[in-house]
Amino acid sequence: MSESRSRRNFLKSAAALGAAVPAGVAAQSKPAPHADHDKQHAQHMRAAAASARPYMFLSQAEVAFLDAAVSHLIPKDELGPGAKEAGVTYFIDQQLFGGYGTMAKKYTQGPWPEGTPQQGYQSPLTPAAVYRAGIRDTNEYCKKTYSKTFDALTRAQQDEVLKGLDGGKIELEQVRSQFFFNMLLNNTVEGFFADPVYGGNRDKAGWKLVGFPGVAAVYTPFIEKHNVPYKAQPVSIADITGKVAQVDEHGHPIHVMLDDNGHPLSSRAQRGTS
Amino acid sequence: MATKLKPVDVVTVGVGLTGTILAKELADTGLKVVGIERGRWRDTDPDFAMPGAHDELKYVIHKELMQDLSKETITFRNAMNETALPMRQLGSFLPGEGVGGAAVHWGGLTWRFLPWDFETKSRTLARYGAKQVAEECTLQDWGVTYDELEPHFNRFEYLYGVSGKAGNLQGKIIPGGNPFEGSRSKEYPNPPLKTAYSSTLFKQAVEKMGYKPFPVPTAANSRAYKNEYGATINACVYCGYCQFFACEMGAKASPQTAVLPVLMKNPNFELRTLCNVVKINLDSEKKRAVSVTYVDSRGREFEQPADLVLLTSYVFNNVRLMLLSGIGKPYDPAANSGVVGRNYAYQTNGNVTAFFEDKVFNQFMGAGALSMMIDDLDGDNFDHTGLGFIGGGWIGAASSGARPIDFHPVPPGTPRWGGEWKKAMARYYNRAFGITTHGACQSYRGNYFDLDPTYRDAYGLPLLRMTFDFRQNEYKMSDYITKKAAEIAKAAGASRMNVNPRTGKYSIVPYQSTHNTGGAIMGADPTTSAVNRFLQSWDVHNVFAIGASAFPQNGGYNPTGTVGALTFHALEAIKTKYLKQPGPLA
Amino acid sequence: MATKLKPVDVVTIGVGLTGTILAKELADTGLKVVGIERGRWRDTDPDFAMPGVHDELKYVRDKELMQDLSKETITFRNAMSDTALPMRQLGSFLPGEGVGGAAVHWGGLTWRFLPWDFETKSQTLARYGANQVSDECTMQDWGVTYKELEPHFNRFEYLYGVSGKAGNLQGKIIPGGNPFEGVRSQEYPNPPLKTAYSSAMFKQAVEKMGYKPFPVPTAANSRAYKNEYGATIQACVYCGYCQFFACEMGAKASPQTAVLPALMKSPNYELRTLCNVVKINLDSDKKRAVSVTYVDSRGREFEQPADLILLTSYVLNNTRLMLLSGIGKPYDPASNTGVVGRNYAYQTPSSVTCFFEDKNFNSFMGAGGLGVAIDEFNGDNFDHSGLGFIGGGFIQAGSNGARPIEIRPVPQGTPRWGGEWKKAVSKYFNRNFSITIQGACQSYRGNYLDLDPTYRDAYGLPLLRMTFDRRENETKMSVWLTNKAAEIAKAIGPSKMNVNPRTGKYTIVPYQSTHNTGGTVMGADPATSVVNKYLQSWDVHNLFVVGAGNFPQNGGYNPTGTVGALTYQALEAIKTKYLKKPGALV
Repeated sequence: MSESRSRRNFLKSAAALGAAVPAGVAAQSKPAPHADHDKQHAQHMRAAAASARPYMFLSQAEVAFLDAAVSHLIPKDELGPGAKEAGVTYFIDQQLFGGYGTMAKKYTQGPWPEGTPQQGYQSPLTPAAVYRAGIRDTNEYCKKTYSKTFDALTRAQQDEVLKGLDGGKIELEQVRSQFFFNMLLNNTVEGFFADPVYGGNRDKAGWKLVGFPGVAAVYTPFIEKHNVPYKAQPVSIADITGKVAQVDEHGHPIHVMLDDNGHPLSSRAQRGTS
Repeated sequence: MATKLKPVDVVTVGVGLTGTILAKELADTGLKVVGIERGRWRDTDPDFAMPGAHDELKYVIHKELMQDLSKETITFRNAMNETALPMRQLGSFLPGEGVGGAAVHWGGLTWRFLPWDFETKSRTLARYGAKQVAEECTLQDWGVTYDELEPHFNRFEYLYGVSGKAGNLQGKIIPGGNPFEGSRSKEYPNPPLKTAYSSTLFKQAVEKMGYKPFPVPTAANSRAYKNEYGATINACVYCGYCQFFACEMGAKASPQTAVLPVLMKNPNFELRTLCNVVKINLDSEKKRAVSVTYVDSRGREFEQPADLVLLTSYVFNNVRLMLLSGIGKPYDPAANSGVVGRNYAYQTNGNVTAFFEDKVFNQFMGAGALSMMIDDLDGDNFDHTGLGFIGGGWIGAASSGARPIDFHPVPPGTPRWGGEWKKAMARYYNRAFGITTHGACQSYRGNYFDLDPTYRDAYGLPLLRMTFDFRQNEYKMSDYITKKAAEIAKAAGASRMNVNPRTGKYSIVPYQSTHNTGGAIMGADPTTSAVNRFLQSWDVHNVFAIGASAFPQNGGYNPTGTVGALTFHALEAIKTKYLKQPGPLA
Repeated sequence: MATKLKPVDVVTIGVGLTGTILAKELADTGLKVVGIERGRWRDTDPDFAMPGVHDELKYVRDKELMQDLSKETITFRNAMSDTALPMRQLGSFLPGEGVGGAAVHWGGLTWRFLPWDFETKSQTLARYGANQVSDECTMQDWGVTYKELEPHFNRFEYLYGVSGKAGNLQGKIIPGGNPFEGVRSQEYPNPPLKTAYSSAMFKQAVEKMGYKPFPVPTAANSRAYKNEYGATIQACVYCGYCQFFACEMGAKASPQTAVLPALMKSPNYELRTLCNVVKINLDSDKKRAVSVTYVDSRGREFEQPADLILLTSYVLNNTRLMLLSGIGKPYDPASNTGVVGRNYAYQTPSSVTCFFEDKNFNSFMGAGGLGVAIDEFNGDNFDHSGLGFIGGGFIQAGSNGARPIEIRPVPQGTPRWGGEWKKAVSKYFNRNFSITIQGACQSYRGNYLDLDPTYRDAYGLPLLRMTFDRRENETKMSVWLTNKAAEIAKAIGPSKMNVNPRTGKYTIVPYQSTHNTGGTVMGADPATSVVNKYLQSWDVHNLFVVGAGNFPQNGGYNPTGTVGALTYQALEAIKTKYLKKPGALV
């Protein structure tokens, strides 16, 4: 008995040919083998040991991916820290682990036709699942194209991949690339600017970049000081609950005002500003 | 299997802006009133306390104060030839949930619709003729005039301590106010708020151009104020966490600050929270409501009999409950017959972002409604001859609290991410402000509500389906007034600007406003309206549907002031007419 | 609106324990195999990495590796006179989700059902007569014998590197092994794991009582081991985060460690994750399956034609898909006709917890299957005359990893909270061990699976409804066995003990085991079984249904080893018979 003959017999009863598997439904399959898998594994283990923050949702490989990606979206530069330094990856981890990641307050019943752009989010995947699938598929693309995962690419290659996802030139299998990219960009902005209590905006790097004071003080005396920059030490929610910042009788912080060099004004000058 | 409860006099379905006022007033007359609210109890203390109240991620991005869509949402499509799909997350509009409803997280702008707004159809036909609007346009008169509503506008403004400056006091035009407003009998209860820098630049520019700027009337109280119910509303501190947030100061007027302290003390009022009304039950002739059915927090079904049922549960839910309960004939757009679901409209917003190189604006300070406005391009305040549209809107520059997740404008051509984008954000965060054009939206045959054939809520009931898109009238209008806004930005000295009139298909994705109107519209003619001038159902005389669902089309203003006026108007009819002699009032 | 894809040879619905083995073997013959899995890809690296995987809250309390019920669950009732309600959170049993299924988080105990188990009915009638069981009991013979399955048991044990000690090697009873087991042709592939203190105490006591203890056979490999597919399974390190967790060492055999490394390299195999199969489509005669319909991660519907369809999606989903697809006659308990959903059974676990004042057990060390057992009271290994029940279970004591959120027993009578409770928890956390029993569970007319009339999944399809309660047989058996365990405990001499037989109504709330069986039972008679001895559907010959759903009733062991044997039984029939000549094999 030959295998091929038995197989031909078996296939005789096969149904009529249908559509070819369309692009986007191709085999997700076998991770393209790459030579330095063990090396990368060791790198991940070292990264895991080095990383001080306990990620609850993301694996170390996913952390490496996001750290690399967000460092392009908001890079470190002479203005200050970028998204990676600000802890945006950790912010995303915490969000995906919680109600945002599981779509707790959103409507999840099917069916899920893709709909028009005007109809918004129609995926059967939660954001947590979108990230998992998007990171995996992007890494598969990188392994096929560059023989390395995204985090191991050169800066220029990473930039190229991100630009390809943003605009759909690179199409992924399990999620539409633009959908995944937009979610990543939105969450990056959120993680860069949200109150640090969520794990991002470390050292208030995002707020300092733009000059946002965070938890607001009573601005009644200031709002009519036109064209005068309001330079205050930004205050976070934890500053108040941890009693690092002083508050008035309503719980509004008393902002510490700063000079042009970013140093607190003298206490007499502080009093003089109110 | 519902357990039948002892009857009460009045039930309000929903305990928000309108429901609290009606409940308070009717309870005061000695009636037993039950307010049924699907969300939870919320109050300034402890729910809106510092510092947690100043959390952009929680309140703006994760929409803490707004409807939880996991239990119920709407489905949406642009046109009848599409399949409506669920709005799975909030975007374009933000219905509230919990005691106080959307009036907890609103921006506070409190207008009186123009006299023209209430007679849009007759005045348009008179001035411009039928060709000024598309054939498909279903504009209508409201069945009530501005003058009839004036005392009710006044009452609402005094209840909510609205801060503003009258422009037309008993027929006399007052400089510094809105010269186009309808004549008002009294000044505002509170003076205007302070003026931010962006508003000042705007004011200077428009004055040079011959417009008449005035401070926007707002329910952020400019000073501590005590209203007729004895509730104290505090002074705004310009903290910039206003719209989408709940006010930790108790300075933004809301049911919590203006009504509930007194309402909750009334022995005739009973509040039931975490109770979701699923149906209004009618008698066998379908001319009288006998009770409402609701599911409580323990999953139990109850039937609450009442003599008077007030539907005060926001535009969407008012319409949906009428459809689910068989009150009024459902609208059929193909036949253009029926009324419930008809004339859904929205708001047509555009904006200009003005960038400056040499000025800082501290936009993170402010209140939801801190701005200078002009009304010259609103309503029919200007000649529309040959322009190809009707209606208009206010144009204003606000300082409403620019928080960086949501507000980080960059000049046109800046990349969406990367180093250049970061630099542009850093540079312009405090050097830009927006001029908004807040335009009207007419009603059309193809814009309507009905029940979705596929998707259901957690109770197994069909979701409300919204079919809506803007029309040529709206695009032309928006283009026109946004161009004017660009001129203003130029005159104010902007170095660069993004000019964004409303174009393209309507999308539920980006936030625009929670100014949904129509679906249970008021009017003089029962063949084209669901409720009469008193918001009483034409079909079921002891059901009143109160809210912006009553607007036959939407004007250029935010709707809340007019909703407040309609509430007092309906209230007066109930107190002085209906209770004395229950039956159709018109 | 499903898009039809190019046909393949084989589809496995579900990519878990059985699906991976069948896929590997059939792909190796040159067939094109597609595995469709509703969950996501998961692998030791990076998904099960330290330190995150040693998180009791995440994995035990929040059930990270298990089915997400928000999309689909089952409904449950004890009896036909109740209304079934959704199981809204996991409790009694923990189906898996994602590649590898429940075989990622299982405990690893790998038994061979006793020869008696396969002929429960005939042997019970022969030895005890019909009066030994209730009228309602629907026990059956399996249609296959232990002897026929022996080579398949062997193959599975060698694939998974099971660690143990043979008790009956080719007919010779070997001291130190299980003297009651069926004859095995080979020793286990790996020697037993080490012995924990609790097991040593148990062993000493039972030996004195004349029983024959032996190490529990487990798929935690006792040493690094390479299986026939070239996959290496590592040596267990007794970390105590075993059952409910995924093994960071790759030492617990699973699809990930034993099969997938080789399977994923096969060019004939294609894995599709995040794809949920909603239907198996039949030809117009309903005698042949032509394709499966599934919804992918983007919400798109696809139809995948295939010549051979293997239902390998766990007991509950296998039954549900057959019901949804109209394959086989649904079981009707009232008339006792039909087969799909029939003979659902479970397990009857119980325990005796022993407390000591002066001994330390380091209970947090161990593995899911680390223990020493006796089999004297399993199956029909003892005379049941006059006892009023049939069946039994193994009795064991082990060290499986006691983590404090879930496992912190205190002696009976201790308050549930407060100072006294705190002291007791502290004192006894490391000073206790339990003697546990996995008791058998017979099948009954009133215990079955069908489709729920009210509740639906996120796709709009009816949920599976489970109607189940234990009967007098199970209660009597549990009391009797637990008394035996109490005798053993007494002989060990703890200072206190809690004796907990399984009594009372079955509840889905507390975790008991994921040993659901039945619904698609195998047998010799199509009137009382869904599949034949090769697990081929009697009705649709190109459909094979593989899993514990094939068990006509459940024995006194964990099911996985027998599921593995059945998998190879079906595989052999497919390879050597079906592929050569597609059609009914019996």
